[in-house]
Amino acid sequence: MSFPLDLLGNAIVAGLLLGGFYAAVSSGITIAFGILDIVNIAHPAFIILGSYIAYIVNSQLGLDPILVSVVMLPAFYALGAAVYQVYYVSFERRGQEALRGLAFFFGLLFITEVVLILVFGVDYRYVEAVYIGPSLNFGVIGLPLRMLIPCLVSLLLILVLQLYLTRTFIGRAIMAVAQDQEALRLMAVDPIRIKRIAFGVSIATAAMAGAFLIVIQPVEPSVGREYIGRVFAICVMGGMGSLPGTVIAAVLLGVVESFTATFYGPSWAPAVSFGFLLLTLAFRPAGILGR
Amino acid sequence: MAQPLLQVNDLSKRFGGFIALDGVSLTVETGERLGLIGPNGSGKSTLVNCLCGTLHNEAGTVRFDGVDINGLSAHQRTRLGMARSFQLPRPFGSLSLTDNLRIPLLYSANVRRGAHLSLGDANERCAELLGLVGLDAKARRFPRDLTQVEMRKLELARAMAADPKLLIADEAMAGLSHSEIEDILKLLAQLSDRGITIILIEHIMRAVMSFSQRLVVLVSGKKIADGDPQDVIRDPEVERAYLGQ
Amino acid sequence: MRSWVFFLVAVAVGAAVFALSRLVQNDYFFFAGYVVLQYIVLATAWNILGGYCGYVNFGTAALFALGAYSSVAIHKFHPVPIPVLIVVGGLVSAVVGLGIGYLTLRLRGAFFSIATLALAVVIQTLITNWDYVGGSRGAYVLRPAEAPLVGSYIQYLFLIMLALAVLAIAVARLIERSRLGYGFATIRDDEIAAEASGVPTLRLKLIATTLSGAFMGMAGAPLPYYVGYLDPASGFSLAYAVNSIAMPVIGGTTTWIGPLIGAVLLGTLQQWVTVTISSAVNLLIVGLLLVGFVIIAPNGIVGLVRPLFKRDDR
Repeated sequence: MSFPLDLLGNAIVAGLLLGGFYAAVSSGITIAFGILDIVNIAHPAFIILGSYIAYIVNSQLGLDPILVSVVMLPAFYALGAAVYQVYYVSFERRGQEALRGLAFFFGLLFITEVVLILVFGVDYRYVEAVYIGPSLNFGVIGLPLRMLIPCLVSLLLILVLQLYLTRTFIGRAIMAVAQDQEALRLMAVDPIRIKRIAFGVSIATAAMAGAFLIVIQPVEPSVGREYIGRVFAICVMGGMGSLPGTVIAAVLLGVVESFTATFYGPSWAPAVSFGFLLLTLAFRPAGILGR
Repeated sequence: MAQPLLQVNDLSKRFGGFIALDGVSLTVETGERLGLIGPNGSGKSTLVNCLCGTLHNEAGTVRFDGVDINGLSAHQRTRLGMARSFQLPRPFGSLSLTDNLRIPLLYSANVRRGAHLSLGDANERCAELLGLVGLDAKARRFPRDLTQVEMRKLELARAMAADPKLLIADEAMAGLSHSEIEDILKLLAQLSDRGITIILIEHIMRAVMSFSQRLVVLVSGKKIADGDPQDVIRDPEVERAYLGQ
Repeated sequence: MRSWVFFLVAVAVGAAVFALSRLVQNDYFFFAGYVVLQYIVLATAWNILGGYCGYVNFGTAALFALGAYSSVAIHKFHPVPIPVLIVVGGLVSAVVGLGIGYLTLRLRGAFFSIATLALAVVIQTLITNWDYVGGSRGAYVLRPAEAPLVGSYIQYLFLIMLALAVLAIAVARLIERSRLGYGFATIRDDEIAAEASGVPTLRLKLIATTLSGAFMGMAGAPLPYYVGYLDPASGFSLAYAVNSIAMPVIGGTTTWIGPLIGAVLLGTLQQWVTVTISSAVNLLIVGLLLVGFVIIAPNGIVGLVRPLFKRDDR
């Protein structure tokens, strides 16, 4: 049987590019869940929100969606900080995050989706940009720019985050807050403030991830749901709080998903991430780069 | 000679790169009163957790009452007769004090004896236990209404409700007043007289010395002394371990 | 009140409800009532695992739809009385619930919840790709003209769901007052302490998941006959997930009365809003109520009302 090499090649390349994007999408969860232990299942909702904001500005003013998302970073950061404050006061402080915190985030996820349906309807929305359409071609392998650009910017985002977490004081405090809140207090650093900053950063990444998403594919309100399984699978596979681990896991998932989509059909993609999640939880809960 | 109630051989536990327990071996005879001391971070609580099944040891074996308990889950060990109180009290917040004690009665003591206590008998037993620790006035209250000290006592009562052969009291006396410590010691002595084997883990030297028939010292995950309390505290290595704090 | 007495009372209440409903000459009452009763079952089922044990299941829609689609699959093969379908639907969802529980309940509750969320998406994908039951195009299930016992088919469906609701509530109350219920509460409060007290937490959690799944599947089994046309989008609607969580949270998660109150209040409210405003706004209200209650009144209506009754503090 002659194996369709060009199909395979393109599937792998698409998977790599997709993986880079998935890394950016999951980076927020790596921070929120991996480091802060906050099970923010509403993260995809913030991403979709970012997509729609990019869509509005792009369709009204014609601005580049990724640039729009960079401008939106402070707003999303503030939103994240506000959400964390509510979460902390209502649940974390009382030790109720297991049941009620989850219900809270689920409610947020749900409300966001419904509001978007009410405002925008269920039609697919897409953005226009100069790099949506053209591809770089190397022989039989095509690199669509609409996937390449987000992938590259994603990796840049991850790099910036990693530097922030490892080289700045606040960043290191964020890494530390996961391990020892008391020690932080002894250093006269308020752990709650640190967590608030971290969660703000987590949601800020969603702004950019949302822009990447709508560049790569048209978006409608329920698209976020597919991503819940993905981002948590990637976060767990990547070893929870590790950004490098997230990148590796994301690329792996991207390639396998792309492979599955190419040879078995795109509707099986959610099953892939779910399978990964189950396998990881069953056999290596510490992740690929296991702690 | 009867076999020891608890036989620990070469127990080891690590967390990532950190070795919490390094080949700890120890035996406890039935009815003995064993004291376990050591500086903070020496591995005492880790040892308790490994014995009780809350944590899994990587190496070593534990035999309890003749049974190899490696691989048994925590609830199975409790049902075999091993009960512990937690250093930081972990009460069941949504249940009354009486119901807190009912749980081990229903799930441990009952299972072991095979009989089912009638509702009246169970209530009686709960009341008796609460009385032993001086909490009978608050039988219908909830853990959130208790002081820290009262929660400690509830911890102990709950461990006793499981009708154990071996009771491990993990720093049950921290923060208690002189008379309260006396109360707990008296209580533990009563249990010991009934034949229950007790491992007392404490920092309060006075209590440990007066209670223990034998003393074990743990430092940095290793057992460095095991014997008569008076001899052990005079051991130079033990002195060094504590003076070095 | 002893459990078997309660069961008899519940059956009597159910029978009374049905007898009184027959006086209403409006079929719409039965259509709407079916939905409310269905939610009573779903909310009670969810609460067995969520409220009693503290493990949040986001995949209600999946377990519910599996019950519905089992019925479709069997119906296409050979039509069979609904009570049989209910048993089958219950078994299918019980097994799936058990399976997902076995894979994830050894880990933290958060992982179980995430897994249920992902599971919902996957099962929907599987069903959408299964042409035998209609795939994404959906399946038609013709409602028989005549119903056993009561004549009108919609009244028959109403009666069946009423029976399921009575059963679910009776089981929930039975659990609550039994040794099992105490065990569940300790899992919710402090799992490690529960294990140390001799509670076999994994086994209990699996029991809860299986029971919960079974009832969800049973609630879904009659659905194809109720709607006449079933497609994955409606069968797996997120409305089921959000409602099965919102109703117990709003009603109160610690007792069997909570889901009942939540389902009746919220279910009736939704029927009204969907008809008068829109179904999207309806869902928005449910979402807002869920978030609002979880923040402000986490013990639900039961929690708000309970302090009003003097508690025995002797």
